Amino acid sequence: MIPPAELAAIRFGIGLPGDGAADARVLMDGLSGPDPMLAAHPGPGASEALEFQRKGTETAGQARKLNTPAAIEADKEMRRERRVKQLLALRLPLARALDAPSAFRERLVHFWADHFTVIAKNGFGVLLPGAFVDEAIRPHIGGSFADILRASTLHPAMLGYLDQVQSVGPKSRTGRRRERGLNENLAREVIELHTLGVGASYTQADVTQMAELLTGLTVNRKGFLFRPEMAEPGAETVLGVTYDGDGVEPILAVLRDIATRPDTAAHIARKLAVHFVSDTPDEGMVQAMTAAFADTGGDLPAVYRAMLDHPSAWVPELAKARQPLDFIVAALRALGVDGARLMDMGEGPFRKILFTPLAGMGQPWQSPRGPDGWPEVAEAWITPQLLAARVTWAMAAPSRLVADLPEPEALLTRALGTVADARVAWAAVRAETRDQGVGVIFASPMFNRR
Amino acid sequence: MMERRTFLRGLGALGCSAAAHPLMTTVTLAQSASGAAPLGDHRLVVIILRGAMDGLDVVRPVDPILAKLRPSMAEAPPALPLADRFGLHPSLGGLLPLWAKGELAFAHAVSTPYRNKRSHFDGQDLLEAGTGMDVPLGAHREGWLNRMLQAVPGLTAETAFAVGRDALPLLAGRQPTMSWAPDVKLALTAQTQLLLEHVWHDDELFRESGTEAMQLAAETAGAGDEGQDQDMSMMAAAETAAPKEPKANGTAGIDGLIDFAVSRLAGDTRIAAFSQGGWDTHRNQARALQGPLSQLERSVLRLSEGLGPQVWGKTILLAMTEFGRTVAENGTGGTDHGTGGVMLMAGGALKGAGVLGRWPGLEEADLFDRRDLMPTSDVRSWAAWAMHHLYGLDRQVLEAAVFPGLDMGDDPGFVA
Repeated sequence: MIPPAELAAIRFGIGLPGDGAADARVLMDGLSGPDPMLAAHPGPGASEALEFQRKGTETAGQARKLNTPAAIEADKEMRRERRVKQLLALRLPLARALDAPSAFRERLVHFWADHFTVIAKNGFGVLLPGAFVDEAIRPHIGGSFADILRASTLHPAMLGYLDQVQSVGPKSRTGRRRERGLNENLAREVIELHTLGVGASYTQADVTQMAELLTGLTVNRKGFLFRPEMAEPGAETVLGVTYDGDGVEPILAVLRDIATRPDTAAHIARKLAVHFVSDTPDEGMVQAMTAAFADTGGDLPAVYRAMLDHPSAWVPELAKARQPLDFIVAALRALGVDGARLMDMGEGPFRKILFTPLAGMGQPWQSPRGPDGWPEVAEAWITPQLLAARVTWAMAAPSRLVADLPEPEALLTRALGTVADARVAWAAVRAETRDQGVGVIFASPMFNRR
Repeated sequence: MMERRTFLRGLGALGCSAAAHPLMTTVTLAQSASGAAPLGDHRLVVIILRGAMDGLDVVRPVDPILAKLRPSMAEAPPALPLADRFGLHPSLGGLLPLWAKGELAFAHAVSTPYRNKRSHFDGQDLLEAGTGMDVPLGAHREGWLNRMLQAVPGLTAETAFAVGRDALPLLAGRQPTMSWAPDVKLALTAQTQLLLEHVWHDDELFRESGTEAMQLAAETAGAGDEGQDQDMSMMAAAETAAPKEPKANGTAGIDGLIDFAVSRLAGDTRIAAFSQGGWDTHRNQARALQGPLSQLERSVLRLSEGLGPQVWGKTILLAMTEFGRTVAENGTGGTDHGTGGVMLMAGGALKGAGVLGRWPGLEEADLFDRRDLMPTSDVRSWAAWAMHHLYGLDRQVLEAAVFPGLDMGDDPGFVA
């Protein structure tokens, strides 16, 4: 029997020591009110991210074209700045996770950021995924699914990543003049990944109609905008509903409708259950969550609550593997590292101790392979190569992160509580050095599962 | 030697859905004593050249137009005579003995179906997914090499190895594959190993992965160190300079990488894949191309030597890139993103040396978009014919499942 406060911290939080939440009610309380981490560790927004992308791309182009020492030096300087920003994009989520009063809230942010994956396609777009999380995800994890879907779909980072900015209605003014056409990428992913799910009942015609409906959504230097001259004229029919009218309103309408479809409810409920509880979740729990989604028109707190109220959410078996970011966060938490320390850490050490090892563990930050985000199954993360990276980090990194490494015996209680089994307790105190004792604890299955 | 477990999934599994739960395939896979048996003895090595290799500079057509369009590169070391109308970049000169033996060939003016946009990101996506443009870019979930493995029943994860630290979408998909980077160090004392084995013991996934990791690390420790010693001065130089971007694939460790691939291919592994970067030569190409080409040359030679005549004789290596580069040089002595390019093929299973493919010419009217080498064949069709001959895969499977929508055309007959 694991005490509920420990289980809550391990399964729904970032590990021990926990934030004090011991039941569903307290976990849910942590979601109300504005996100405190946006104020505690503010990050660059979309306008700054777009401006940096524009400037970096332009400077690189000038260096190529002019090939003068000044142009080349300006390009080099932009690339130096990019490296700083690339690290910032990891510092912020780490610092926020460690300092957040509600760890569950941070975990939900990562869940939704992954559900609506955005990747920087351009090297200088390095700030866009973070801006997306701050503007489209963080403010909406406690609202309705329709809200988070709308905010994500219309965000400039998403419109750029999934090529919506290039999609032009073939019969629109721009389409006729410039012989440009549809790009279905965003339309397909909204249906296939973000809402109904790949196995749901929709056809290619729905995707194409959705793509025509989404035309007009684009981005300029300042951010999102709707350009009527790119929009396909006439009505479109998606999933049997016809949408007509001018401007962005029919687009908002289709997003509202698709957000509450039964397939969407089932898809989102299962995905949450898989992420938090088990790669093969209890069907009863998934059904309860799906029902909560359907009954409330997609009120996300109601869905979270249905999960937390189900006994399957509190089974003691730790069936999931922590993803590499969460593994590192949990270790930092156990070592007592706080957000300020990570924000202040020098560029070189931060890259060496955190940024590069995270990629070695299989999670190059903000660079999953595609719009489907990171894999969930434990077997995708605990491979020989990726486990070797975790072990190497566990043995070497902690002593570079804290001046006084804890005694393995003390760390055992602090990091694992009652989850520590006889094997890890036996091994931790038999290591030859304190570093290795700490490493054995962090490399143990109990510490890597949740 | 301990038993290899079949359910371990390598990096190749990243990005695939939870639907294909690996443990569900354990039983069926375990029935085959040697997972490689269904593929026979032939080996296939695929190198993804990331960054768009300039095929026109690597295998240079003997044509005054080229010299005219590339004045700064005309001063570069002259090409080595290769075939009638082509010369080889001098940085690949070490491969001429293979050419003489009929173990080196090139497919020229090849490309994927990708046209007009010329983005590395999308181009590599398509090259590794092996689909046509009918599948939206970004919607790819599996690589063509993984789909090929799916078409052959009874394989184990170890049949195919992704080597190196780079993610390799080419091998991603629901068929389990293995991955290992020989520069992954797991330097543990005997006592720590023992303690880890103890704490992992009751968790099957950790026990199996951890044991495998320790074994692979021990096997590759020697080879990796040798490579590192040679690169030590280079790494030291890099560290004293300004902090570098993490390289997708630097020059360090290539020997260890190849040696590891050799050690696997000598055993049950039939397919190995890795990637090599550094081809994006927008500036000063005469110098910029030397490093990557020397590394490619070294990879091919070390592989052929390491595998030995018998295994090399049953091997085909394909080195392919996302697209070629502009025919004319740009304002900075380099070339920009283009379309048609070249694929390098090597191995004893080739029928003979040659520069293959239909040559489109370099007159302005011959070019794609009046700027790029016109592609005259689909790079996928060469890979498809190689797999057809090496592994007996039906044309129908290759055109429908492995490369959906591909027309393989006539057999170019380059496989022995």
